[in-house]
Amino acid sequence: MPKVTVDGQEIEVPDGATVLQACELAGKEIPRFCYHERLSIAGNCRMCLVEVKPGPPKPQASCALPATEGQEIRTDSQMVKTAREGVMEFLLINHPLDCPICDQGGECDLQDQSITYGRGATRYEENKRAVTEKYMGPLIKTVMTRCIHCTRCVRFSEEIAGVDEIGALYRGEDMQITTYLEQAAEHELSANVIDLCPVGALTSRPYAFEARPWELKKTLSIDVSDAVGSNIRLDSRGREVMRALPRINDDVNEEWISDKARYQVDGLTKRRLDKVFMRKRGKLQPASWDEAFKAIAKAKPGKSIAAVAGDMVDCETMFAAKALLKACGSSLIEGRQTGMDYDVSNLAAVNFNSTFAGIEQADAILIVGSHVRWEAPLVNVRIRKAVKRGAKVFVVGPYWETTYPAEFLGEELGVLNKLPDAVAEAFKNAGKPAIILGGAALKGAHGKALALAHEFGAAFNVLHFSAARMGGLMLGFAQKGGMKDIAAAKPKVVLSLGADEMDFEPFADAIKVYIGHHGDKGAHAADIILPAASYAEKDGTYVNTEGRVQFAEKAVFAPGDAREDWTILRALADALGVNVGFDSFAELQAAMIAEVPALGEEGLADYGALPKADAKAKAEGTISAYPIKDFYLTNPIARASEVMQRCSAELLHGGDLAEAAE
Amino acid sequence: MLADKDRIFTNLYGFQDWGLKAAQQRGDWDDTKSLIARGQDSIIEEVKASGLRGRGGAGFPTGLKWSFMPKESKDGRPSFLVINADESEPGSCKDREIIRHDPHKLIEGALVAGFAMRARAAYVYIRGEYIREAETLQAAIDEAYDAGLIGKNASKSGYDFDVFLHRGAGAYICGEETAMIESLEGKKGQPRLKPPFPAGAGLYGCPTTVNNVESIAVVPTILRRGASWFASFGRENNKGTKLFQISGHVNKPCVVEEALSIPFSELIEKHCGGIRGGKDNLLAVIPGGSSVPLVPAEQIWDAPMDFDGLKDLGSGLGTAGVIVMDKSTDIVRAISRLSYFYKHESCGQCTPCREGTGWMWRMMERLRTGDAAIEEIDMLQQVTKQVEGHTICALGDAAAWPIQGLIRHFRPELERRIEEHNAKFAEAAE
Repeated sequence: MPKVTVDGQEIEVPDGATVLQACELAGKEIPRFCYHERLSIAGNCRMCLVEVKPGPPKPQASCALPATEGQEIRTDSQMVKTAREGVMEFLLINHPLDCPICDQGGECDLQDQSITYGRGATRYEENKRAVTEKYMGPLIKTVMTRCIHCTRCVRFSEEIAGVDEIGALYRGEDMQITTYLEQAAEHELSANVIDLCPVGALTSRPYAFEARPWELKKTLSIDVSDAVGSNIRLDSRGREVMRALPRINDDVNEEWISDKARYQVDGLTKRRLDKVFMRKRGKLQPASWDEAFKAIAKAKPGKSIAAVAGDMVDCETMFAAKALLKACGSSLIEGRQTGMDYDVSNLAAVNFNSTFAGIEQADAILIVGSHVRWEAPLVNVRIRKAVKRGAKVFVVGPYWETTYPAEFLGEELGVLNKLPDAVAEAFKNAGKPAIILGGAALKGAHGKALALAHEFGAAFNVLHFSAARMGGLMLGFAQKGGMKDIAAAKPKVVLSLGADEMDFEPFADAIKVYIGHHGDKGAHAADIILPAASYAEKDGTYVNTEGRVQFAEKAVFAPGDAREDWTILRALADALGVNVGFDSFAELQAAMIAEVPALGEEGLADYGALPKADAKAKAEGTISAYPIKDFYLTNPIARASEVMQRCSAELLHGGDLAEAAE
Repeated sequence: MLADKDRIFTNLYGFQDWGLKAAQQRGDWDDTKSLIARGQDSIIEEVKASGLRGRGGAGFPTGLKWSFMPKESKDGRPSFLVINADESEPGSCKDREIIRHDPHKLIEGALVAGFAMRARAAYVYIRGEYIREAETLQAAIDEAYDAGLIGKNASKSGYDFDVFLHRGAGAYICGEETAMIESLEGKKGQPRLKPPFPAGAGLYGCPTTVNNVESIAVVPTILRRGASWFASFGRENNKGTKLFQISGHVNKPCVVEEALSIPFSELIEKHCGGIRGGKDNLLAVIPGGSSVPLVPAEQIWDAPMDFDGLKDLGSGLGTAGVIVMDKSTDIVRAISRLSYFYKHESCGQCTPCREGTGWMWRMMERLRTGDAAIEEIDMLQQVTKQVEGHTICALGDAAAWPIQGLIRHFRPELERRIEEHNAKFAEAAE
């Protein structure tokens, strides 16, 4: 623990800290552009210069200088002030200063820092440099004339995303940041470079010229596009969510989010169900709430009522449905809408037990049946970090493009019954091995994977894909035989809580009530549509795939006649003449927490120990494909989003289109 | 004047063959085994005692630099010697002469120096434009391999040592040691942050020393003739002989080996046939390659040509590429051209150099024609100060110094041009 003096104040800093970190610990603000906590140190913007003794009699880049015992650091001397002014002047001479028409305005590092550390007036009378426009795909808008060459975007692509997509061309003042051959940035985290860009060079294309940051209401929310539960901030104006940005949470998403989490929000205003609809003479026609409730009551379901939860519903909605069904005398609730029926008697066996932060420490990882890059891009980032630390990765399942060296062991799950020597060797020698089981392998390999985890002392992880999954399982949304059991019970009324991927065919005779927010597959199959709220339009609790309970806040009001889901279910209870025992959201939450106490506490839920593994378990079957066919179109919101559709067309099927054109 | 018997580079002008046989007749590769048998520490001590300072421009003591290399590899990483033959400094052309006429001095030096610093191999990074030189050096390396002088059991010393030749692609910045390492690794040639220094983590993350061609090539001779012989030339702290490269307005431009601390006048009169048009026609001299400030005629004439002597004049020895300019020179244009060179060769990595070099060049271009205000001279001076010392590598300094030298010594000339220009326009406006 070296002791250093910052502006006369003596402090002790951790070993390995840089001078910049020491200054921050001392409460001094150090301006910077290229330095970023999660990226490697480039030291190229020269904005963080400070005076350090002992050392050469010139200012030093504090971001790259290790703090050592006895250093005298000055951040307030004339030398430092002049140095900052000088660097700021250089940054600005070729910067267009088009702040009034720049989307970064109001949240621009260059703007802020030039006010604090700049000279106030320009001395540059030559022509400014202009840079030809670049194309970086449907998400990233570029105005490269504004670029200050901090290379954060380059380092993000290389280090975090693991793809060599962005780089620098030419040299000196002609240096330009661009994608390889000006192709679109294609990976699932590409839009994070927009947040990283300290100026307006890389801005959000869908959000271009939409709003100024100070007009927006900021709401803390949780992303529901996958089961990672990324912490996001929804920026809204009036009734519209303008954009989603990541919040920092080192345990979950660090400070990244996937492109889907960020850009599906425009889907919130498209294809919305904002009226009650009923199927009359085979056609869905607008109706009133009254009519709809009467029609459901008329069916006299009694206890012949089932509820299927979709992938994006919150725990409160599921609990309200459960309470309604319980009051009716039914327990036909299921969340695994695509028909999976794995054993849920012990939730630890279907949880991501390593935790995301923990998987970084793993030194041997066996992925079974998961296209991690698409099913949980941010977990993929963590695995990449583990590989950088020396972890070996093996994958069972069809090939997908990893962002780290990985060995594919084929599509047969049988390979688990007798692991190849290399895998067994790696796992035997590993200090912290881990197994990750994806949805595609839960059917054939759950038991065997548990047995392997037991054999090697490996951490056992199930990587879910639905934001509602773990919450649903905690609330008991799982029948022994899965959806088959529900179908076999032949319920008179089926409540689909935003369940769009379920098969409605077996319920041809039932009244299918769709309580959801988008006119997608579920709504097409429904007899009655009750318009509900999306994740942005209601408070709610979500549990991610590692069992982390998180709370999201309501950002905007649902459009038209749409109501928050729990109020619909509460009203339905009245229509059916039963009592669910709550009249307000607070009462609902209290009842839910009384039943499942873990949902009342933000943070990791405790599921206890793993079940005893059946050593004789065998894995069988073949993984012919992963459940996700198209990363950008996995849920009704994304499917309604024009941006996501464009991403899908251009980034995933762009090659096909180009081929067809020839 | 240096006696012929004291010259290290005996085939500097290519009067003899460069090949192995001829080189051996000149004394190269003579019992190299016994040089190596002296042991690592003894070689480093000898080089330290000789007072040899790096010949690439910065003048860091060579023996001291070698002693920073790890004595043993703690984690199995090898050490490397990188030889900087990316001679791109305007005014410098000594390495070229060494490589094309005396390549075996370099290769033998690589082996001895590499052995002394416990390097596994030497990488010679040669400037891309040196096409014939690269061919000659490669041929010489092949000869040395065939004769068993390098490679496995090099020169029967029991030491395994390889020499690899790598051709650059013509970027000046790759002459900076860490940019050279980046370039060798196949990356964009951009200097790295220091620390870590190359001796800790250099080429491929392994301990590396980067030395100039001349520094390496003189080592075998120093070891054979002894440190005291080498140290007998030059003043204290500026020992040894050095290749001077005199270009510009002298009657006979040349590359010549001379003792350090030789007075400028003697260098010019003895070897270059004097200044074109006589001593009085001398305007200024850039004594160490384009990146050092110029020195006006009256100050340089009697100055000793060595590291400290030129430093006292506010300039530097650099690579000893002496650029002589007589009174026919448009001095502002000359410096402006250098500014263009640095603008063109800036790697673009860090802000002050990327933005500053272009700004400085544009301002120099205006000063050349006088299309400026008097205050802008001071502003230019400030801008050079804003670049100098604020960058990752020394290219920013190198771009700033020539302009600072110009303003220091030729401010009246700058002002005269501005006044003349403005008067012309004032007249036209009336």
